Amino acid sequence: MINNISPQLDKELERRTGQKVRDCYQCRKCSAGCPVAFAMDLLPHEVMKLVQYGLQERLLGCSTVWLCASCETCSTRCPNDIDVAGVMDGLRQMALEKGAAVGQPEIVLFHDSFLRGIKLLGRTNETVLMGQYKPLSGRLLDDMGLAAVMMLKGKIKLLPRMVKDRKAVRRIFDAAGKSGG
Amino acid sequence: MATMSFTYYPGCSQSGSAEEFGDSTLAVCEALGIELLELPDWSCCGASSGHMTNDLLSVSLPGRDLAAARALGRDMLVVCAACYSRMKVSQRRILEDEELAGKVEDAVGADPRFTGRIRHLLDVLVNDVGLAEIKPRVVRSLGGLKAVPYYGCLLVRPPEVCCCDSVENPTDLDRFLAALGAEVRPWSFKTDCCGGSLSLSRTDVVERLVNRLFERAEEAGANCIVTACPMCTANLEMRQKPSKFGFSIPHPIPVLYFTEMLGLAMGLPDAEEWFKAHIIDPHPLLKELV
Ligand code: SF4
Ligand code: SF4
Repeated sequence: MINNISPQLDKELERRTGQKVRDCYQCRKCSAGCPVAFAMDLLPHEVMKLVQYGLQERLLGCSTVWLCASCETCSTRCPNDIDVAGVMDGLRQMALEKGAAVGQPEIVLFHDSFLRGIKLLGRTNETVLMGQYKPLSGRLLDDMGLAAVMMLKGKIKLLPRMVKDRKAVRRIFDAAGKSGG
Repeated sequence: MATMSFTYYPGCSQSGSAEEFGDSTLAVCEALGIELLELPDWSCCGASSGHMTNDLLSVSLPGRDLAAARALGRDMLVVCAACYSRMKVSQRRILEDEELAGKVEDAVGADPRFTGRIRHLLDVLVNDVGLAEIKPRVVRSLGGLKAVPYYGCLLVRPPEVCCCDSVENPTDLDRFLAALGAEVRPWSFKTDCCGGSLSLSRTDVVERLVNRLFERAEEAGANCIVTACPMCTANLEMRQKPSKFGFSIPHPIPVLYFTEMLGLAMGLPDAEEWFKAHIIDPHPLLKELV
């Protein structure tokens, strides 16, 4: 266990997000107001503690960072002005960059599908998103009932609207070092 | 009322699954004399997936739109709470961090330092147009509607970039609905998260959040929920009871956009078309209004 401690984690997160996790004094206000806490494997204040301990491997493989819905409730309430949601973003990005075995691969797959769609069209289209995400997630048949209702209500646009200058959008993805998958 | 003119960033949902939000926005702005000039060749803001996975991407995607807005010079109007948040957060970071601004400029190929204001339509209606100006235009009072205002997350948080009057208990949408004649029911779930970003990937988690919101709205005696965000609306309308092949709605409380409420109260002719697009059919409720 001792080998797996990364003393630089707090500093690395500060570099990425500007947040000083060392300021956290474990009051648990973030966890108390978190709407997704019931589904998390680590509560938000525990994530902060593990950052202070430098337990990087555990953090990059946890479910919590992916379940966090970025609702910003924690960031708004933290008495030490720590943007906890920003720290979650930092940990997610680190997990992807370091190729960690993520705790919620389906959620990562969703984000990946979402961004691929933008890279392709410059805009988000629900039909294209489903086309990218559903087959890969192995949930092709989920939501068939919903899809039928959406079709009926004109919510599914089969002809996606796209950006004319799609090259410019692709250039942004290339510059950001994100191929979209 | 002084004429207002904005660069309009429509956002993807407003020409897709939330067309009724986009259409009602255009209709009420036209009726109020607010000129909207669509941002030319705008692109997606990247939404949650952008900032959750790649920091530079999450600022550069809005950066492309900010660069286009900069070239036009007018303030920017946004209606989707999620786009609004991404635009404002990115603008702030670009203007405050010159190193980041340089990277975004390289990625976008244009200067993203847009210094105009980025406004949400609700903010403009409540604070610029003003409720005193809106009230006399109500030709059909919404009395009979018992509404709970649902702000969700991104219209109020983080408070440094957002427009509402309070972060824990905002009242902008409350006052707006009251001005239209609706009865605004008090509830403490105005700013609770619906879990939108997990809607497709962790439907089980979202189902729990969404049902709790409907139960609390029922407890508050509401017969409709009014929102300012296409993600919230889609999630609330679609995620009460996910199931593979069927589709059922245990809590048939309509979820409507604030722009639709205004259009209805102003007697705009297209309102009927907007309401047809809703998954939770608002017609039974709206019939009771007359
Ligand atoms: S609210 Fe802030 S100080 Fe309190 S436990 Fe959470 S991160 Fe730490
Ligand atoms: S931003 Fe994430 S961690 Fe913070 S309260 Fe919301 S869901 Fe919980």
